[in-house]
Amino acid sequence: MLEGQRTPTESGCPDGFQYMHPLMRKNYGNWAYHEDPRPGVLKHTARGGEAIYTVRAGTQRILDLFTLRKLCDIGDEYAEGYVRFTIRSNIEYMVADGSKVEPLIAALEKEGFVVGGTRNSVAMISHTQGWLHCDIPGTDASGVVKSMMDELIDEFKNWNMPNRVHITTACCQINCGGQGDIAINIQHTKPPRINHDLVANICERPSVVARCPVAAIRPALVNGKPSLEVDEKKCICCGACYPPCTPMQINDPEHTKLAIWVGGNHSNARGKPTFQKLVAAGIPNNPPRWPEATAIVKKILQTYKDNARDWERLNDWIERIGWPRFFELTELPFTKFHVDNWRGARRSLNASTHIRF
Amino acid sequence: MAKKAHVTPMLDELENGPWPSFISGIKRLRDEHSDDRINGVANSLLGQLEHSYETRKGYWKGGTISVYGYGSGIIPRFSEVAQAFEESKEFHTLRVQPPAGNYYTTDILRQLGDSWEKYGSGLVTFHGQTGNIMFIGTSSENTQYFFNEVNEYGWDLGGAGPCVRTGMSCVGSARCEQSCIDEMRVHRTLLNNFTDDVHRPALPYKFKFKVSGCGNDCMNSIERSDFAIIGTWRDDMKVDQDAFKEYVAGKGRQHTIDNIITRCPTNALSLNDDDSLEVDNRNCVRCMHCLNVVPKALSPGDDKGATILMGGKRTLKIGDLMGTVIAPFMKLDDDDDYEALTELAEEVIDYWAENGLEHERCGEMVERIGLVNFLEGIGVEVDPNMIAETRSSSYVRMDDWDIEAKKWFERKAEQKKTS
Ligand code: HEM
Ligand code: SF4
Ligand code: SF4
Ligand code: SF4
Ligand code: SF4
Repeated sequence: MLEGQRTPTESGCPDGFQYMHPLMRKNYGNWAYHEDPRPGVLKHTARGGEAIYTVRAGTQRILDLFTLRKLCDIGDEYAEGYVRFTIRSNIEYMVADGSKVEPLIAALEKEGFVVGGTRNSVAMISHTQGWLHCDIPGTDASGVVKSMMDELIDEFKNWNMPNRVHITTACCQINCGGQGDIAINIQHTKPPRINHDLVANICERPSVVARCPVAAIRPALVNGKPSLEVDEKKCICCGACYPPCTPMQINDPEHTKLAIWVGGNHSNARGKPTFQKLVAAGIPNNPPRWPEATAIVKKILQTYKDNARDWERLNDWIERIGWPRFFELTELPFTKFHVDNWRGARRSLNASTHIRF
Repeated sequence: MAKKAHVTPMLDELENGPWPSFISGIKRLRDEHSDDRINGVANSLLGQLEHSYETRKGYWKGGTISVYGYGSGIIPRFSEVAQAFEESKEFHTLRVQPPAGNYYTTDILRQLGDSWEKYGSGLVTFHGQTGNIMFIGTSSENTQYFFNEVNEYGWDLGGAGPCVRTGMSCVGSARCEQSCIDEMRVHRTLLNNFTDDVHRPALPYKFKFKVSGCGNDCMNSIERSDFAIIGTWRDDMKVDQDAFKEYVAGKGRQHTIDNIITRCPTNALSLNDDDSLEVDNRNCVRCMHCLNVVPKALSPGDDKGATILMGGKRTLKIGDLMGTVIAPFMKLDDDDDYEALTELAEEVIDYWAENGLEHERCGEMVERIGLVNFLEGIGVEVDPNMIAETRSSSYVRMDDWDIEAKKWFERKAEQKKTS
């Protein structure tokens, strides 16, 4: 074995009980109901009557050690030393002693953390990696999210929305961004530019050919060397060929844009889970603060807030009012690109005389 | 500060505004940390990121890095602009599996932070989109040392590449009244049964387990996992009529009708004249809406278990897919139940490992071969709960109709006997 090499202990996923608040351990699987004393705070009561308070705070997600330790200090001084993280990377402090809640909130806010993100608020934007760390990104994720949360912070801290709003971002068209009530995703608008000098050296051509969803890639000889060519009429600019073959340059400072999608909803409450649908595209990828994308998100949120009924998620609301009204209210253009043509697309057309006037 | 700080006018803009700034955090590591190595890495990272912001392009490339004995768990990153940003030229991420449910004490967070301070950049995320703790940024050499240290006190790497990936489970039983299963047990039983498949990628593509305690599906498991385990119940929901009447008295009838009764997707609710609630439990689809609105009055029944859905995934390659039901209801009480769940997962993964094409998610394979072929492959009978509607196309051969119909009646008779 080389230096440092050591046979790993394949312990897998650790047991969470050892790190769980004792009151939660004691009442595991035995909870009766919860209340929402104020935004950012949950109170869960167990069948036996004991209660646990949760204080939820938004952070910068990419935590430096100073910030991590500050969060721990707050947890030791003002809470009971037990925390967890939500799927959207908020930190939650659990305390059995309700009198600790207000001082804990004050301590978090004093250090710049933002208490909120519960119930019918705009939750923390869930985000991917982007320029900070991914190898295929068209934009930065942390920067987009920081810029937007600066503007949506009041909606995070308050219960102003008809129902919860989950916003997501993704810095490529194919991967880790999820479905969201609003999703801000990369949309490429030009086929990849191929760096032919490199293809032969670093790409396994058959697997790149196989990756394309529309079979637009062919092996070809370019300047006497094995390379690839793209049928640009067929290419849908998805970028799927880029991860297995970096010479297929899909990212472009000008032509890589942002698109906004709405109505993705994971929950089964009321309707079945839904995919997000395109509403706006051609939005400039404009660091460092992406003002154009934020403006559209804010317009959609404001319209939803003003028009939807209580408990309607964005998809429920649009289903009730219909797409023509959505475009009218949000003042976004409706174009031929909104009409789906991917597999199964006819199911998204109106096969009825159901039309609102 | 070892070297001159890169100027970062664009990133500086991200220090403005009220939301906590990740740029300010990285700058603290650059300016205030006592270790020159960490200052240098942070400075170099900021320089490269500013360069990305200026040119609107990314500058990381992948590679192959793993720790001894494993084939996955590290996301290798080498800089393409290393001449200019030398100190972060190797900037790999370690994916470490969190405890099921993401619970931590401040003590363990500090311990993990201390280890990371020795070997890494000092940047960490709880958690990435797949659910791992992401220790972002270390050199090829230090990946091994950092892993050795945290592995000694109970932490293991997650998946990356074509393998079983780190799982996710909701807070569920630990705090939530809607929970119908022991999420942590499900999560750990499944994940730790497939440890070998997490660490040594040999599957067609990635495979994700996600666990939600009820249909609210806080883990997004239907859309984001290959194998979703979601809590539900079979008997009647519980109604505390006094608490319900109190709710109606407080909020009013119109509110109750508009926000609860008419919102039930299957019209299973009605408000009685005395303001108590009538539930048509036979038609309730356990969507969770009414329970969410009045948690004090409505709760899941006692005969709890899980629905299993399979095949959710994001866009690449054929477009987004939702998972679909392969087991309408499984009890998850005793060891035998958990064994049955594990066996089902094993069947699925084995079949897919054999029949999936390279880079084909399980859901894509089902789409390609059809649900019926898949079910036959894993030894599961068809069930009308698996469909939203029956076929609308007549283009199919049905030579064996009589045999299949007979099977159905036999199965029904069998179920009657055992229940
Ligand atoms: C070079 C290629 C890729 C890189 C660098 C990459 C990186 C990542 C990272 C860092 C995460 C978060 C991981 C974590 O939580 O630990 C992630 C999640 C994810 N990736 Fe990838 N990824 C790549 C390729 C893909 C591809 C090809 C797909 C899809 C077909 C994909 C789909 C996803 C999805 C759906 C998630 C989130 C999953 C979830 O919610 O569990 N990724 N990816
Ligand atoms: S969304 Fe795409 S570009 Fe962004 S981190 Fe995920 S794989 Fe990378
Ligand atoms: S960008 Fe997408 S459609 Fe175009 S060649 Fe690459 S994989 Fe094919
Ligand atoms: S999925 Fe259900 S059980 Fe789990 S946390 Fe969400 S509401 Fe609670
Ligand atoms: S849980 Fe959903 S389906 Fe069942 S009664 Fe309530 S609203 Fe109706």
